[in-house]
Amino acid sequence: PQDPRVLDSMLPYLTAYYGNPHSRTHAYGWESEAAMEKARRQVADLVGADSREIIFTSGATESNNMAIKGVARFYKSRKKHIITTQTEHKCVLDSCRSLETEGFRVTYLPVKQNGLIDLKELETAFQPDTSLVSVMTVNNEIGVKQPIHDIGEICRAHKVFFHTDAAQAIGKIPMDVNDMKIDLMSISGHKIYGPKGVGAIYVRRRPRVRLEPLQSGGGQERGLRSGTVPTPLAVGLGAACEVAQQEMEYDHKRISELAERLVTKIMSEVPDVVMNGDKEHRYPGCINLSFAYVEGESLLMALKDVALSSGSACTSASLEPSYVLRAIGTDEDLAHSSIRFGIGRFTTEEEVDYTVEKCIQHVKRLREMSPLWEMVQDGIDLKSIKWTQH
Amino acid sequence: MAASSRAQVLRLYRALLRESQRFGGYNYRMYAIRRIRDAFRENKNIKDSEKIEELVNKAKANLEVIHRQV
Repeated sequence: PQDPRVLDSMLPYLTAYYGNPHSRTHAYGWESEAAMEKARRQVADLVGADSREIIFTSGATESNNMAIKGVARFYKSRKKHIITTQTEHKCVLDSCRSLETEGFRVTYLPVKQNGLIDLKELETAFQPDTSLVSVMTVNNEIGVKQPIHDIGEICRAHKVFFHTDAAQAIGKIPMDVNDMKIDLMSISGHKIYGPKGVGAIYVRRRPRVRLEPLQSGGGQERGLRSGTVPTPLAVGLGAACEVAQQEMEYDHKRISELAERLVTKIMSEVPDVVMNGDKEHRYPGCINLSFAYVEGESLLMALKDVALSSGSACTSASLEPSYVLRAIGTDEDLAHSSIRFGIGRFTTEEEVDYTVEKCIQHVKRLREMSPLWEMVQDGIDLKSIKWTQH
Repeated sequence: MAASSRAQVLRLYRALLRESQRFGGYNYRMYAIRRIRDAFRENKNIKDSEKIEELVNKAKANLEVIHRQV
């Protein structure tokens, strides 16, 4: 949900202050521009950047597209290789795929069972013509936190640009682009309790990262992203960043406690539950649990008065099990039984308790109905069963 | 100025909580009440009058934010 403080900051720009920030000739434009620049500074402060390095976009998907396609295409005469991981967000993987049709080569690094990449594998993946490495900070499906500091160091050593999709990490864990040696970063508005439809991209100026712009037009946003900047949305993003910075510690502590409560309660009542992703290197607010011998979709339907998903919003329409789970080596059947629990600033203890209770109740009920569960109770090893063809 | 007296702070606290009760949305209402309570509790031992005034002003601003949205 959007934070009320964010909505409050946006209200004037949705009503009286409706000027176009790029109009240089009248007060409406000037005040709109001032608000936009203030928002830019707020975003920059959250990540330790200079405000000239922040470009407003329509969301992290656009930022990811800009970063990957933009950098790749700009340097395409000399550099044709890109490194990314198998657990990236769809938009990153899709951008890479489209670049492959343009003649680029992409290495999709595998991840270990805990969801983290192997730094040694990253080292060996570099080639003399690698232009970009893209690794997301916090995974949106399993919540694991990649070793961004280390990856940044490695990329700096190889003189390759490092892009990270920080949509799920910004405002929730401290991020500093200089400390972490990040050259490009994608930011999403609605992931930090801001409005939907806005995001930003951080593009380093020293040493300068060059991008071929995706959107051509009037040259707004330093020529990198033409189009009128949506003032109310940008102001909202800025306010969301500022609030996130103030509330980071409080939120993190609370969300960690709620997450601990949820996982401990479920695991103590129900056997055969697996948490996907590393237990330590993670963001506590995104928990992905697999309930063995239960079909994920049926559990979701049973819990339909709770907002849950088995995957992420962008993949919720597809019936295939998540590619992220497959990448961490989850068995087909466990991958089908996974549910992602998202806990945030506005989640209450009662909501967590309600979800836990319903979850336990329905998992038990579904297992009672499951022939596989019966067989497991009788001690049969499921993998040894020979299913007959009818 | 002894404007930021104990009584004034308590008045603000009660006003904030009362106004937050008027939030229609469950999550907003619960968050506001919880956050206000925790913030006041956290700052209850501050003695520096400048800091107190800063916090009081912040509380007043937040009261207006809530008021605009309930």
